[in-house]
Order: sequence, then C-alpha cells, then structure tokens
Amino acid sequence: MDFVLNFWVEFGAWVGDLMAGWGLPPWAVNLVADFVGALILLIIGVMAVIIFTPMERKVIARMQDRPGPNRVWPYGLLQAFADAIKMLTKEDVIPSRADRTLHMLAPLLVAIPALLIYAVLPWGPGLIGQDLNVGILFVVAVGTIHILAVLIAGWGSNNKFSLLSAFRAVNQLLAYEVPMVLSILTVVLFAKTMSTQGIVEAQSVPYGVVMPVTGLIFFICALAEANRSPVDLLEADSEMVAGYMVEYSGMKFAMFFIGEYVNMFGVAILTATLFLGGWKFFGLEDVAPVLAPVIVFAKSVLVIFCMLWFRATFPRLRFDHLVGFAWKFLVPLAMVNLLLGAIVIKLTDSVWGQAGLMLVANIILAVVTGLIINRSARKLPDAPALKEIAAVER
Amino acid sequence: MNVSQVVFVILSAIVLVGAVGVVTNRNLFRSALLLVLSFVGIAGFYILLEAEFLAMVQLLVYVGAISILIIFAVMLSRRMMAPDFKAQNEQWLGGLLTAVVLFAILAFILLRVSWPAMPAPVPDNTIERLGQALVSPDQFVLIFEVSSVLLLVALVGAVVVARQR
Repeated sequence: MDFVLNFWVEFGAWVGDLMAGWGLPPWAVNLVADFVGALILLIIGVMAVIIFTPMERKVIARMQDRPGPNRVWPYGLLQAFADAIKMLTKEDVIPSRADRTLHMLAPLLVAIPALLIYAVLPWGPGLIGQDLNVGILFVVAVGTIHILAVLIAGWGSNNKFSLLSAFRAVNQLLAYEVPMVLSILTVVLFAKTMSTQGIVEAQSVPYGVVMPVTGLIFFICALAEANRSPVDLLEADSEMVAGYMVEYSGMKFAMFFIGEYVNMFGVAILTATLFLGGWKFFGLEDVAPVLAPVIVFAKSVLVIFCMLWFRATFPRLRFDHLVGFAWKFLVPLAMVNLLLGAIVIKLTDSVWGQAGLMLVANIILAVVTGLIINRSARKLPDAPALKEIAAVER
Repeated sequence: MNVSQVVFVILSAIVLVGAVGVVTNRNLFRSALLLVLSFVGIAGFYILLEAEFLAMVQLLVYVGAISILIIFAVMLSRRMMAPDFKAQNEQWLGGLLTAVVLFAILAFILLRVSWPAMPAPVPDNTIERLGQALVSPDQFVLIFEVSSVLLLVALVGAVVVARQR
C-alpha cells in the first residue's frame, strides 16, 4: 500500500530510475525531469483559466440569482472553450503609430511572470518546482514585473486613456505591494525561513488562525494585486472599459486574460501556503501524501471562492479611497502587526507560546483598530447618515 | 570554458547591450526599458555568484521601484512623446569628460586591487548570516541604522513637500 500513498515521490523516483536504465547520464535525467516539471506547472497555470472562468461565472450568477452561462453543453461548463475560440478568431488590431514592439511585448510580460510564480509554490512534501531558499521573496520580486508590463501596455497603445489608466494601475499596484510585503514579513518572522516549503512545515497551527489580522491584510492586498473586484481599479470594466488594455484585441487580450486568471490561482495557492497550512490538513498529509496536491487545490479553490464572494458582495471603491486605504490604513496596521510579531518572538522561544501570544496580540490589535475606526467615522464632517446613526445611538 | 563562463558571457552581453541602448536610443521610454534590461542582467550575475537574496532584492528594488520611478519621471516630463526627442543637450562635452574620467578611475582601481576569491563553497544559510551581520554590533549595525534613519528622513521630507500647497 505504501507505493499508493507515496505515489508522487515514488513515481518520480521510478521514472528517474527508468531513464537512468536507458543509459542516460544523470544530468540528462535531471534536465528531462526539470523540463517535464516545468511543462506540468505551465499546464496547471493554463488549466486554471479553463477551470476558473466557468466557476467564476456560475458562482457569481448563483449569488446574483440568475442562471449564468448555460448554452454550451453541459451546464455551460465548456464556456471557456467557446470564449477561447472567439478570442482566437478576432481581428488582431495594432493602433496606428503605436510602438509595435512594446505593444506586442506587454501581453507576454503579463503572462510570463504570473506563470513563473508557480515554480516555488509547494504542492506537497517534495512536490515543488524549485525549493528556493528565497522562495517567497522570489514571488514578490517576479510580481513587480507585472507593474512594468502595465506601464508598457499603457504606453505601447498610443492612446492617452490607456496611458492614464496605466498610471492609475501602477499607483494601485505600488500602494498595495507595501502592506503585502509587510504581512509576508510577519509570516517569515514566525517561520524563520523564506522557503515556501519551510513555511508550510513550520505551521503546526495554520498562520491564518495564529495571526488573523495578518492574513486579512494579505488577502486584501492579494485581491488588489490580482486585480479582483472590489479593488479591480486596474480594469474597472464597467467604468473605464478595460483601462490600460483598451487597445488590445484577440489573442493579445486573451494573454492579459490568461495572465489575470493564472495570477489569481497563484495568489490563491500562495494564500493557502502562507496562512492555511498549505498541504497540511489535520495529519492527513502524513497518512496519505498522495492527497497533498488535492488538499492544496481544495484550499486554493476555497480562497478563490472567497474572492468571488467579495466580488459579488462589495461595490467597487473610488480610486482615492482605494489608495488612501492602502497608505493610511493597511500600511500602519501591517507595521504595528510586524512590530507585535517581533516582540512576541523575543518574549518566548516555544512555538506554541509564540502562537498563543500572537493570537492574543492580533485580537487586541483588531479590537483597538475597530475602536479607532469607529471614533474617526463619527468625526467625518460630510457624512450626515453616519451622524444620524451616532445621534440615534446616543 | 565551462557552463558558468558561457552564462557569464551571455549575461554580460545583455547588460552591455542594455546599457549602450540606454544612452543611444532616441526614445526616452525605450531607454528606460533598456535600463531595466540591464538591471535584470545584473540580477543574473548575483544568481551566478549564488547570492540569491541579493538577486531578488535587485529585482525588487531596481526593476520594481527605481525603474518605475524613472519611467514616471520620464513620462511626466514635457514633450517626451515627440518621436525625435533630442537625447543630448549642449553639455555633452562635459558629460563625456566626466564619464571618461570616472571610467578611468574605476578601471584603475579594479586592476590595482587583488580581489580575494573564496576557496570554500558558499554556505547554505547565507540569509541568516546576512541578517546577523546587519544587526551585530561588531559588523554593520551602524551603517544599517544610519541608512534607515536616512530613509526615514527622506520619507518625512516627501510627506512635508507633498503637504505644502
């Protein structure tokens, strides 16, 4: 039975032995293994588009009490393929006097970094593209290329509205990157490693339970970075008609679309890794390591479901509120949280003591933040409705 | 010639092509992007030297922040949209002289110093050792703290400048 439970690792070892048996030198075996691994990760990324487009449309339709796509048999589940064919057959338009090279480069620069992140996302013990010792920093560093791609797309379209939207988008992405990195840093403090595998192994209790405030900050920033509603001001399709990618059509637009969904799935796996315990699930991963990828997938689908839930629930924010929220609320909160984490780590050495203290500190932080928000909301001069509520309460 | 030497030559080519492109390209936006290419090549050098942390920080700081800042400055400056934007102004002679002198000094120093090569392989826990070195009193804690104060001053200064209307 052991070979079934340890299927993935044993299968990899068996294929490696098989190739060595054919007389291939070790470097060739490694090369083939790396190549196949990269191909599998690539396919997982692209499959995310095919899986999550119908899921998004069906789930949101359900929440909004309408049927959603139901023409493409069965239950509209093949809608993604129909969309893909439509995209492929569209005319490829390049605006006149646009910078052709940069116009073509931008969609690639959106899709490639989104896929690169998958190299360090753990799917189980030993199941990872490359266990870098700077894994989580790699995710952040590669993510910044997205900002550059947005600027290139805005500039390369020879359209002033694209350019202005690109400025907006960069403003948002930069603003939300700061609290995101600060919350990741808190996790790194507790896990004492930047390797994604190490972070999963360090979670005897998922960090989402140990430090809920950190998890929430990270989740909000992840929404903004992955361009999900209610903070999808990069695209804001009902107001700005796709923002910086307004001039893109056909397959180039499809690349942006793919990049967005790949990014969303990547961020969901990252959230599961950092805050929901990755491939750990109440000891199930020790009994049957074969289920580890299923656990990771289930957790990330849960995260994506929350993203869709957010989208169906909250209205889109105004842009100055959005950026102000990042700089004036999330950044100070994340900094205080990081400081609390550092103090907790210095107070005690036992893992459980640290976890307990951090939970208490986070609850106190949440309560204090709530009180401060409550006070300042009552002081708002131009909010008569809030004033009325306050008057009734008194 | 081994693999790392081949990689070194390729990375050097990327960095040099990018750097030459920055000063020769007529389009300021493209120049800024070529600068980014150059930065990415330097991150590649760090990976070649097994300094992954530095490589990632190079990407994060230079590609993610500094180049975006440069591109913003370029885009918000006047008339950069014109196709034949003049890349030089009338001070090109002074600029050339400064560059040549600086290059000569750097080359002189590079050739004079005997660079120590590390005989042992790079240790595993480089990040931990880097972190310890940055905060231990007999190593870099003073430099670390002074630069953090400098950044704080810059931060406060930016807020003060932005608040004056």
